[in-house]
Amino acid sequence: MIAIQDLKRISDYEWEIPQTFRQDMRVPVRIFATRRLLEKVMDDKSLEQAVNAATLPGLVGRVVVMPDMHQGYGFPIGGVAATRYPEGVISPGAIGYDINCGVRLLATSIEYEEAKTLLGDLATALDHYCPSGVGEKGALRMSEKELDQVCREGARWTLKQGYATEMDLLRTEEGGCLEGADPSKVSPHAKERGRPQLGTLGAGNHFIEVDVVEQIFDAEAARVMGLEEGALALQIHCGSRGFGHQICTDYVREFQSAVKRYGIQLPDRELVCAPLNSPEGQNYLAAMRSAANYAFANRQMLAHNARIAFEQVFAGKVRDWRLRQVYDIAHNMGKIETHIIDGQEVKVCVHRKGATRAFGPGSPELPDEYRRIGQPVLVPGSMGTASWVLVGTESSMQRAFGSSCHGAGRVMSRQQAKKQVRGEALRQELEADGIRVRAGSMAGLAEEAPQAYKDVDAVVETVAGAEIARKVARLRPVAVVKG
Amino acid sequence: METYISGYREVAHTADWELEVWAPTLAELLRQAARGMYALSGIQIADRPRLQRQVDLEASDAEGLLVAFLSELLYIGETEGLAFDQIEIEINHLTLHAELSGAPITKTDKEIKAVTYHNLSVRAENNLLRANIVFDV
Repeated sequence: MIAIQDLKRISDYEWEIPQTFRQDMRVPVRIFATRRLLEKVMDDKSLEQAVNAATLPGLVGRVVVMPDMHQGYGFPIGGVAATRYPEGVISPGAIGYDINCGVRLLATSIEYEEAKTLLGDLATALDHYCPSGVGEKGALRMSEKELDQVCREGARWTLKQGYATEMDLLRTEEGGCLEGADPSKVSPHAKERGRPQLGTLGAGNHFIEVDVVEQIFDAEAARVMGLEEGALALQIHCGSRGFGHQICTDYVREFQSAVKRYGIQLPDRELVCAPLNSPEGQNYLAAMRSAANYAFANRQMLAHNARIAFEQVFAGKVRDWRLRQVYDIAHNMGKIETHIIDGQEVKVCVHRKGATRAFGPGSPELPDEYRRIGQPVLVPGSMGTASWVLVGTESSMQRAFGSSCHGAGRVMSRQQAKKQVRGEALRQELEADGIRVRAGSMAGLAEEAPQAYKDVDAVVETVAGAEIARKVARLRPVAVVKG
Repeated sequence: METYISGYREVAHTADWELEVWAPTLAELLRQAARGMYALSGIQIADRPRLQRQVDLEASDAEGLLVAFLSELLYIGETEGLAFDQIEIEINHLTLHAELSGAPITKTDKEIKAVTYHNLSVRAENNLLRANIVFDV
């Protein structure tokens, strides 16, 4: 059991659990949080899980935890851990079942004031064109060959099919495609689940949200991104659907025996892993990249369909109805990156689970226009509350493997949320606040109530205060579509 | 004191769902876990057509068998749209054979992404087997 007294205060926004806290820790844990956020986190097991994560073989530097942290099922949500490549491990549980769950942001020049009477129609059109809900299937029925292409090419496949622009791919993490994906390392079960689901939103905490750019904090960065104050923007939050879930399930199961083969002892079976340079590790990496590419393609398909919805509602009624890509980021991912550790360049596998890549200015991985300002970091708030657009910083590169928070983080169990909140009452409340809601499940809506989440403003103040990200714009929701 | 010899209940968990399950045998534990998982999802099935499926699995331990069986039910639910209200399980040295009878799913309230191994331990307490299962949602 960890208490606040066990933590060493580095600053108002940074704390450490030293490596000496527990014998099996290989690195310390660094936590980005205010004291207030930290006190609330003591109610769940996030920090204990961060300490467990610090036992993974081959870790370098530190395990990092973001201010939106909460208890996961092994690795804490909001956690970042880097293992040395190639002899350190890769752990599917430290990436997540929803591989490449992430967020895409698109901007418009549509003024909220001229659009507000049409937002109900827009919500209905988005709900129609972007299938959501449990088990929902998309309009595409892919063959296995097409699915294999999506695995290898990601969003590039959607470009070839006419569902994307070059700008969309340029402004997506990794250009929408991780190299080294191999669909032959993906099970038939996963492919069976993946084939009908491309272009679907899913359910749970996934959503499509129409926002207004409410306040701009960095005018130059906002201009580069194409964000206009008072104009509409669109967020898409979803991942790799059943395809990714099955891949992670398959490999967590396979790695149960791998850890015994490699003599790895872990405090939690969900942290199972294998050396990156082992056949098991390489197979999972290749399969994980396939799922990541599927998710990039999935968000691109949803963006394409959202464009159809915007055209249907706004064409002829506003000067320019078009949706322009700002960026697309992953917050459940494993990436091979090079970072400076103790003055040396070290190649590592960075596991981010409920944490976003946040590369600073000058990073060669960024498109030209973002290399000057830093990578856009998209932080959706809970339903009905603000979302944020940030940029990564050099300080994040030095202290957090170029990472930042991913959202608001839960504070209340789904069971408790369902007891306290009636989905229909919540929907009416949101509508009364001017937020149009299209939801497939009232129970699901209740579980996503704002009171079940941390205050996203407090989370963003923390990453900004810690200088691991910089504020660019705050968005206010005006329509939500969820399953 | 145990009111029921086998059953399940939902346990509070911040981001995901957790089920506590208990039964006198491992086969019955898996059956209760399946019932509990379907209940958490709010799954309802049609009256007809009635459809049968068989599942054959093996694992290296009881926990592995539990995860594999529930994962297979999730897979069948998503790919065939079926759920089962009659489940007969035989377990022989960690090899499972299940006869399933059910029908097409007509309603699902919530999506379960996966069954996890987090804190999963099939333990014997007071002549009953118990397990806590955390699902990713």
